[in-house]
Amino acid sequence: MPVFFEKREIVTPGDLIAEGDYLAGENTYREGEKLYATRVGLVDLIEKTVMVVALHSFYAPRVGDTIIGKVVELTIAGWLVDIKAPQSAMLRASDVFERSFKPQRDDLPSIFDIGDLVITKIIAYDRTRDPQLTVREPGLGKITRGQIMEITPTKIPRVIGKKGSMITMIKDYTGCHIVLGQNGVILISGKTPENEQLAMMAIRKIDEESHISGLTDRVTEMLKKIKGSDKDAGKEGTRETETN
Amino acid sequence: MSEIVAKVKQKQIAQLIAHGKRLDNRGITDYRDFQIEAGLIEKAEGSAHVKLGKTEVLVGIKIDVGEPFPDTPEEGVLTVSAELLPLASPSFEPGPPDENSIELARIVDRGIRESKAIAVEELVLEPGKKVIVVFVDIYVLNHDGNLIDASVMAALAALLNAKMPNYVVEEGEVKKKSGYTQLPIKNHPVSITFAKIDGKMIVDPWLEEEQVMGARLTMTFEKDGNICAIQKGGGYGNFTVQQILEAAKIGQQKSAELRKLVVKE
Amino acid sequence: MPEKKAQEKQKLIDKEGKRVDGRQLDELRPIKLEVGLLSSADGSAYIEQGKCKILAAVYGPREAHPKHLSLPDRALLQCRYHMAPFSVEERKSPAPSRREIELSKVIRESLEPAVFLEYYPRSSIDLFIEVLQADGGTRCAGITVAALALADAGIPMRDLVVACAAGKAEGKIVLDLSDAEDKLGEADVPVALMPTPEEAITLLQMDGNLSLEEFEQAVNMALNGCRQIYKLQKEALKAKYVPLKEEAEE
Repeated sequence: MPVFFEKREIVTPGDLIAEGDYLAGENTYREGEKLYATRVGLVDLIEKTVMVVALHSFYAPRVGDTIIGKVVELTIAGWLVDIKAPQSAMLRASDVFERSFKPQRDDLPSIFDIGDLVITKIIAYDRTRDPQLTVREPGLGKITRGQIMEITPTKIPRVIGKKGSMITMIKDYTGCHIVLGQNGVILISGKTPENEQLAMMAIRKIDEESHISGLTDRVTEMLKKIKGSDKDAGKEGTRETETN
Repeated sequence: MSEIVAKVKQKQIAQLIAHGKRLDNRGITDYRDFQIEAGLIEKAEGSAHVKLGKTEVLVGIKIDVGEPFPDTPEEGVLTVSAELLPLASPSFEPGPPDENSIELARIVDRGIRESKAIAVEELVLEPGKKVIVVFVDIYVLNHDGNLIDASVMAALAALLNAKMPNYVVEEGEVKKKSGYTQLPIKNHPVSITFAKIDGKMIVDPWLEEEQVMGARLTMTFEKDGNICAIQKGGGYGNFTVQQILEAAKIGQQKSAELRKLVVKE
Repeated sequence: MPEKKAQEKQKLIDKEGKRVDGRQLDELRPIKLEVGLLSSADGSAYIEQGKCKILAAVYGPREAHPKHLSLPDRALLQCRYHMAPFSVEERKSPAPSRREIELSKVIRESLEPAVFLEYYPRSSIDLFIEVLQADGGTRCAGITVAALALADAGIPMRDLVVACAAGKAEGKIVLDLSDAEDKLGEADVPVALMPTPEEAITLLQMDGNLSLEEFEQAVNMALNGCRQIYKLQKEALKAKYVPLKEEAEE
């Protein structure tokens, strides 16, 4: 059963990756006996699944994902939120008021207005309708302070690292509170602007260099160099983000 | 945008075609009946009304005097435009020409222009200054599939029917003398349109076949059997080289047959 | 003056069978491709083919505007082919011409079969092709560069689409017509190809006058041109990432 590429080789859409009894993993498709890539990325084979780790892709909503979105429209049903996905998402008024929206009594903009950033979770999504959101769990709600940055969504797992090792290291060195939206939008809130900048630099580095081996070492080196080896220096007095 | 066709109907059409037949009992290389009537709009210099099955197209020709294009000072001018009238189909909306009507006009234009059907060198009144302008206006009256072939036939019939006034240039002014001359027509472009359904190439798709087809291929042939225009369009589909070359052979034959309906030898 | 005009009628092919720009009959113009050069667009690419200079950019998949155009079961691919006023000899008005509208349509139809539109219902993929300088074959170069912009945007595709034209000039079948060859020649046949999983032709047009044999020759020549350009497309996509990888591994 042939595989036509070396592991972690760059492939482009239409490249023939494998032929035979393999499973079509992400960013591949099957036509008869042959499996092809659908995106530019690094090809990989895990047990019997061939897949392509895309070098550039956009967020595909999944139920259960925590994401950061921006309110773009107020409608009769609630708030329309841009979550950087092919479809806009809906945060229903009933989710906040725990009953349906009453225009005479309720004032949508006073809760979330156009332009507000919210940390939210996807509770429903399928081919027939746009993603549905909730803010009812702890840690969800309006963002009132901090820095926002956007990276390629597929890099979020690298920012987290094995068992959270990478994100924990960044938090320790910078003392920042960091919320990672699965849609690639990240909130960083620290004691000083310098700490926030450092966290952003580390995350930016992961986004741009994830396909080059030795990433963890390079990030650690960078953090050490700028912060000094006192990695607990930033830990005192971190502020939490306010949520409603 | 195609109207949604019931899945059951799609299956029906595909099954029939697999056996070389279609819903109205035609074979896959059979055209619907053509009915052609020329000269029905007296105020136009030329006109023709074509019915291809239930598809109806009316072409009107207006002749006027105008300036030649700067890069062809010794040639008359041809302008083709098309209107998909809102009354012709529930999916046509009023408004400026959309991409479909523009494409239709340009396909018909290409057939006439590339086959050199009109002897434009005979349409010069004063070189570089005054030439005859031929306006071909395609009016789609009812859409039941294959607007292209119906329009190309109607345009050809209208051109063969068209007469231009006897213009003369006297003291730098263009004047009309009495009488008319036939518009000089030297070639007879005829188009054959194929639709690809389930891998098979069928000619003259009617409306429901168009709505389920993968893609459409139009080939325009001039009177000696050479190809003078091709346009692949419609649908998310494609063709293999073999399908295209086979279509060319069939198209050449069919166009000769259809040409006889308009051009009496 | 009229005498000078007769002398000026350009010969397209000389006695040795070479074309005005020194090419063989079946030779492509020099091609340069670049991917990911614009920062705002989700995907972008640039092509130079002979004197043609064309930029393509993609936004999406994103919310369809206007909403009523969106499709319930797949993404809408919207394509705008447009020529800059300074791209041609005589300034062209910025308003879309009928030719640009037709080309926008056929280019869109040449790319739709390659994109997995059904993955993103109710959304829109917006593709913009801007011809900065034109010298014949802009719709083909436009398709070649648009496919790269779509891939650069991370939009899942069955394969890239590549396009090339062949035609007839002074009685000979030639590949990749320049503007002069297109204007003065006897036929032009633009073809777009999606090589995988089976070679499928997604754009085919023709204008001019060709016998069936000549047409077959032209189509096959154009397909050969497509296959060559396809290799360049793949290299251009990989080129964006390979240098970084090599640098880090030193």
